[in-house]
Amino acid sequence: MRFNSGDLGQMNMPVTAYNKVQRWGAGVITLIVSALCVSASAWGAEPQAWQIGLQEPAGSIAEKADSLHNLLLVVITLISVFVLALLVYTCVRYREKSNPNPSKTSHNTVIEILWTVVPVLILVVIAVPSFRLLYYMDDTKQTDMVIKVTGNQWYWNYEYPDEGLAFDSYMIDEEDLEEGQPRLLAVDYPMVVPENTKIKLLVTGNDVMHSFFVPSLAVQTYSIIGRINEVWIDVPAGAKTYYGQCNQICGVNHAYMPIVVEAVSAEDYAAWLETAKEEFALNTMPASPNMLASAR
Amino acid sequence: MSAQSHAADAAHANPTGFVRRWLYSTNHKDIGTMYIIFSILAALIGGGFSVFMRMELMEPGVQYMADGHMWNVFTTAHGLIMVFFVVMPGLIGGFGNWFVPIMIGAPDMAFPRMNNISFWLLPPSFILLLLSAVADGGAGVGWTIYPPMSSTAGTPGMSMDLAILSLHLAGVSSILGAANFITTIFNMRTPGMTLHKMPLFAWAMLITAFLLLLAVPVLAGAITMLLTDRNFGTTFFIPEGGGDPILFLHLFWFFGHPEVYIMILPAFGIVSHIISTFSRKPIFGYLGMAYAMVAIGFVGFIVWAHHMYTVGMSVDTRAYFTAATMVIAVPTGVKIFSWIATMWGGSIQFKVPMLWAIAFIFLFTVGGVTGVVLANAGMDVVLHNTYYVIAHFHYVLSLGAVYGLFAGFYYWFGKMSGYEYHEGLAKLHFWMTFIGVNITFFPMHFLGLAGMPRRYIDYPDAFAGWNYVASIGSYISAAATLVFLALILEAFISKRRAADNPWGEGANTLEWQVSSPPPYHTFDALPKVK
Repeated sequence: MRFNSGDLGQMNMPVTAYNKVQRWGAGVITLIVSALCVSASAWGAEPQAWQIGLQEPAGSIAEKADSLHNLLLVVITLISVFVLALLVYTCVRYREKSNPNPSKTSHNTVIEILWTVVPVLILVVIAVPSFRLLYYMDDTKQTDMVIKVTGNQWYWNYEYPDEGLAFDSYMIDEEDLEEGQPRLLAVDYPMVVPENTKIKLLVTGNDVMHSFFVPSLAVQTYSIIGRINEVWIDVPAGAKTYYGQCNQICGVNHAYMPIVVEAVSAEDYAAWLETAKEEFALNTMPASPNMLASAR
Repeated sequence: MSAQSHAADAAHANPTGFVRRWLYSTNHKDIGTMYIIFSILAALIGGGFSVFMRMELMEPGVQYMADGHMWNVFTTAHGLIMVFFVVMPGLIGGFGNWFVPIMIGAPDMAFPRMNNISFWLLPPSFILLLLSAVADGGAGVGWTIYPPMSSTAGTPGMSMDLAILSLHLAGVSSILGAANFITTIFNMRTPGMTLHKMPLFAWAMLITAFLLLLAVPVLAGAITMLLTDRNFGTTFFIPEGGGDPILFLHLFWFFGHPEVYIMILPAFGIVSHIISTFSRKPIFGYLGMAYAMVAIGFVGFIVWAHHMYTVGMSVDTRAYFTAATMVIAVPTGVKIFSWIATMWGGSIQFKVPMLWAIAFIFLFTVGGVTGVVLANAGMDVVLHNTYYVIAHFHYVLSLGAVYGLFAGFYYWFGKMSGYEYHEGLAKLHFWMTFIGVNITFFPMHFLGLAGMPRRYIDYPDAFAGWNYVASIGSYISAAATLVFLALILEAFISKRRAADNPWGEGANTLEWQVSSPPPYHTFDALPKVK
């Protein structure tokens, strides 16, 4: 389950409602939980130290995935605890000392039917929200704009076909990092998108497989040469930076081709487009597949 | 029969000399012993690789390795070694060879010479694999060897070809072994030993053998196509020539998913025997247990694309594979609950094999339920290829199949070697391993949920904490392995004689009715089963 330290922080606010002990207790819980998994909301959408849950979900897809995970986590924890409790009880109750004469029971039809049917029911309960999420994330019809993403050894290329611009995005080396830029995550030219927008991504590849993966937006698809995979992201309102990384083994610099999706306000996006159209203007020829074939 | 041929038979029956007894071996017990020794040696190498990788990951930044390619070579070698040269030889070649014939009352395997070649294909295969890690810079493609990374585009040198040839040999070995087991179990059961009276370990091996026979040839075909793509200008998996890398993924996982059941089913069999023995109760729901394994084996063949939710399959296909994958939880649950029901009402002795078996039940449950999470195609988008997956499959394999290996090792060590192991050392080994592997793998769930991708030599600094913890755990596990080696050494130095049946009335399969170790020819006359 994902804890939000923001919510827990509020527990401290109505001080009068708590007596001293409760306040102290709430404070300790807040401290422990926020130390374990700091809410990402204050910073960019990136992993936090000692985090134990999913990243803060951004947008409708991620929120649905997050709530499905919350359900799953409860179910699997209960099942694990149930099995553990059964094992512990059995080991204590039926150890040689307390039960020297074993029974010879080896069948019980009722219980065998039960432990077949009950798991089926649990799976049905899981399947309903699971399929809902699956079909929701597959529906790309309602998107507002398109960005084509191409994986290369070892950088990403982002093309905005409707704006006639494309650019490469490389990781910033450790020695060139500026204050506040996370190591191995920051890039020179992020994929800039307007906030509160549904964006269709066309993901393809140029050489070996890569995988376009931004956890907080709940998007992941392989980038494969000769294929275009269509997914969409729901960028929520608010200027924010979403971090992700290549997630399919692709050679020596596999760990060094991060993804940065920078959501900005509509005005900032328009301003960015102005300069980007000059800087990254796309030549009429489509970029790469032919070049690669001849390079081989 | 003439006296002369009798004499020849006698000489054949009791070979003396190292070459005749071991290199030319046609005896299922000797071949089983060689498989187990091979598995332990390979485990030291493959496990050593993993400890080195954990050292590298202990702190952010790159400390010990040259670059990301070296990292990729290590992950590739670690995965392939553990799958093909540790778990499979140990469980199937080792315990399968040793105990399937004895349990079903057969004098030996059906094809003893084929059994010999099955084993002796493995050392050259292993050598080729080790060469693939060093020749031409090594093959750094992951154990799944996806093209184009494994094509000449991604790995131009000969290292990949060596890896492919290694898998060919290991595959031939497995297919021959599988044919041998199927023939043995179908044709050589002693009178009275019907399939429905057959011990569950033999059932497990029968199903495993079928999985091998149906799955491994698909891998062989796929890697052969990869080999011709690399060397002879074909384009099965190369888009520029009309091929498709995704085709390889389908073929690989059509093999790869049954493969994970190939690794776990024999462990299921071993655990069933141990739980029953040390609870002094017959196994609960014997037929349910056997047919649950049949169901797992069957469904295991129709869920392969759940490894490929993010490659761009149609949504209905993903929905099907989600549903089919979740179905596997049902027969697996039947097994878990039946084991607990076997213990229920029993008179449980906590001998070392039982400790491994009980730990297996719980840890396999933990690994199983995260599998249910990953089965959901929608959820998998956030978790695919992250450390959550690493945690999941290490819980079912490192803490599942490997626990099965250790459980079987302690259960049958006295039977195989004729010596008793040191109980104190064995308990120390168990507890150190239990603590070590859980500290290693449990935090990986957190890393995966937070989005840490697998096969990374270096990670964003936020992941440092849990990686540090995981590395500490792997050092504890490594120390436990030293205890294990010391235990083997101690047992062979002290030479405490093992009883024919040290476990008492609960141990009622045929292997406990012969001496420890069993004679070179287990049965002079076929045992009768009522």
